[in-house]
Amino acid sequence: MTDAKSRIDETIKASPVVLYMKGTKEMPQCGFSSKVAGVLNYMGVDYTDVNVLADEEIRQGIKDYSDWPTIPQLYVKGEFVGGCDIITEMTLSGELDTMLEENGVAYDKEAAERIREANA
Amino acid sequence: MPVNPNDIKDLIQTAFPGATVTVNGADGVHLSAEVIAEEFRGKNRVQQQRMVYAALKGLMDGPDGALHALALTTKIPD
Repeated sequence: MTDAKSRIDETIKASPVVLYMKGTKEMPQCGFSSKVAGVLNYMGVDYTDVNVLADEEIRQGIKDYSDWPTIPQLYVKGEFVGGCDIITEMTLSGELDTMLEENGVAYDKEAAERIREANA
Repeated sequence: MPVNPNDIKDLIQTAFPGATVTVNGADGVHLSAEVIAEEFRGKNRVQQQRMVYAALKGLMDGPDGALHALALTTKIPD
């Protein structure tokens, strides 16, 4: 039985962008997860969503894996990027755009600009 | 089991003696905290926030994570 750690390793290496969240990208079930999924959806980022509510072992395993106590958690190219606060800050500062570009992840630049204008 | 913002403030203040810590959140479940600390200098956001979460050990995680969600902002003093 592969343990949580190796399952997580596999998942975050299988796709460039992975979001561990409560619920799914179409149906988030927590405000914070919904915020991050909403940003990624709006920016047209292709990502794998993992519903931790459907998998208790992963729900705890992911917190140990990244030494980060909360959900959602965003991974880009296997690297933990942050939770809701950090992703929100990075979106508004433009750092998320840079990170996606540096990792060759396609996204809608105008959508990102619209988010920043809306929050200016 | 709501959490008193002052408990959060004390925990963070103890861990970061020289820091400016502001915590608010009346409902005790959705709280926001801002921590401005010299200890964050040279560290990225994830590392900074990990330091704060370490100070809040137990309160944050675990099934009874009393603090379901703490909106956290960390800054370096200018």
